Amino acid sequence: MNTILIVAEKEFRDGMRNRWVMAISICFALLALGLAYFGASASGIVGFTSLSTTIISLASLAIFLIPLIALLLAYDSIVGEDEQGTLLLLLTYPLQRHELLIGKFMGHAGIMAASTCIGFGIAALLIAIMTGELFDFNLWRAFGLFILTATLLGWVFIAMAYVTSVIVVEKSRAAGVSLLLWFWFVLIFDLLMLGQLVLTKGASGGDWLPYLLLLNPTDVFRLINLAGFEAARQYTGLAHLSDSGALFNPYILSFILLIWIITPLSIAVWRFNTRRV
Amino acid sequence: MNKVIEIQQVSKLYDDFKALDDISIDLYEGEILGLLGHNGAGKTTSMKLILGIIEASQGDIKLFNESPLGPQANNLRKQLGYLPENVSFYSQLTGREVLEYFCKLKKASLKETDRLLEQLGLAYAADRRVKTYSKGMRQRLGLAQALLGKPRLLLLDEPTAGLDPVATSDFYTNLAELRMQGTTILISSHVLPGIEKHIDRAAILGKGQLLACGSLDELRKATKLPLTLHVRGEWPDTDWQQQLTGLDVDFQHLNGKRLELFAPLERKMDIMRILTADPSVSDIDVISPTLESIYNYYNRIPS
Repeated sequence: MNTILIVAEKEFRDGMRNRWVMAISICFALLALGLAYFGASASGIVGFTSLSTTIISLASLAIFLIPLIALLLAYDSIVGEDEQGTLLLLLTYPLQRHELLIGKFMGHAGIMAASTCIGFGIAALLIAIMTGELFDFNLWRAFGLFILTATLLGWVFIAMAYVTSVIVVEKSRAAGVSLLLWFWFVLIFDLLMLGQLVLTKGASGGDWLPYLLLLNPTDVFRLINLAGFEAARQYTGLAHLSDSGALFNPYILSFILLIWIITPLSIAVWRFNTRRV
Repeated sequence: MNKVIEIQQVSKLYDDFKALDDISIDLYEGEILGLLGHNGAGKTTSMKLILGIIEASQGDIKLFNESPLGPQANNLRKQLGYLPENVSFYSQLTGREVLEYFCKLKKASLKETDRLLEQLGLAYAADRRVKTYSKGMRQRLGLAQALLGKPRLLLLDEPTAGLDPVATSDFYTNLAELRMQGTTILISSHVLPGIEKHIDRAAILGKGQLLACGSLDELRKATKLPLTLHVRGEWPDTDWQQQLTGLDVDFQHLNGKRLELFAPLERKMDIMRILTADPSVSDIDVISPTLESIYNYYNRIPS
């Protein structure tokens, strides 16, 4: 069997054994069900709201949660093996460093993909049954896109965690750096964008701001999922952003997420090859 | 005899720190070499160089006549087994799963995992998670891992550190079996008692330098460390000074009934004849210089 696949399989099995897959799946499912059930309570209605409304609130919450889970899952991938001594051992085996790293990434990516599909998938099925949207295929397309991009977003942050894990020498430091990454991409970046708009009273940025958002993978995810819905456009003020031309269709945006995965992963491979063991 | 490892005038620098300074050691097929030294003497660095994980700053290393960093590296790696000093395996996986993972990575036959688990007495715990294993069991799992693919060369870094006496003795029993099968073994240790009867030659490292290398007999001769004799008996009228003149013996009376002698190795039989001829002597204990005293001797020489 191919070396990369051997490593990936072991990593995935470790994730199952650690109950990562189960924990994340349950977390996602409860979140989706909770949002669907209580989401409309602000307007005085208790009960399942439609799947399309749920996706919008789910996407907003996923932006906070998925990067955090992905970073938590993978921050110790390399530095952890280094600390327990297995990295030194593995490097005496007939395998290349990049094979080890890519294999481990694939394992973690598999854990993320499985949890996202299982967690959100089961929840969506339940909601659709309750609200009678089971045969609305447009809706399923939108939800499929949500699950796909949520998985991609997870992979982006797993790849970033790998860069951290490869560069630092201590596990605790890897955790710290990961938390900073989360703060930057999830909170600070958007605050800076917003601040800029407020300070200039919206006079600048109308043309280049959308492109700036591509520098943050969480915003790319937001653009794909929120701009896709008519209701969300008006609600979230993303309307004129998504009008900015052909660039902002889901396929191109998904491709940009892919770039956001490949770039950090390549940096991780490069740095791993020069890491001192 | 074939050289398995050939280390020629190798130095390794980490920034300004000289971890190894001009080391030359050869290891021949079928022998067990003990790499002895204090913590930080360069034992692990030497192993990493042999394994091709790091590159020598100067000098030349050959493994089965090939460079461990050359194009044959992957082939060489299938022929060697390594047990690192501190390794804790994936605690959530079972012993069998851990061994199967390493087995697949080494491209060895999966049948070997069962054989090795049996051989090292882990078969009964094979399907338990590694986190439930004792230190001794973990170390045996580590050895099982090193033995995957029937390696021609084994590198064991402090394999008995932290093991209790029974586990240590079990470990050496396993090693003796491997030696019978002709495996070449390099074993590093800073725990000296107990290792001497298991090694053919010892290489003593100190502060990155090779202080001595040779068989125990060779080292004993080279260090000229004295033999110690403990003599017991009743000798109210004997003048030992006079009896033992000309034999380069130092002695001291521990009390009226016990005598401690220090003598050069080559005088052993002469002294024994004199002592055994005296009817007042009831018991003689002969203590050859131990590996520990040889080690201490070399580490005390100011460099």
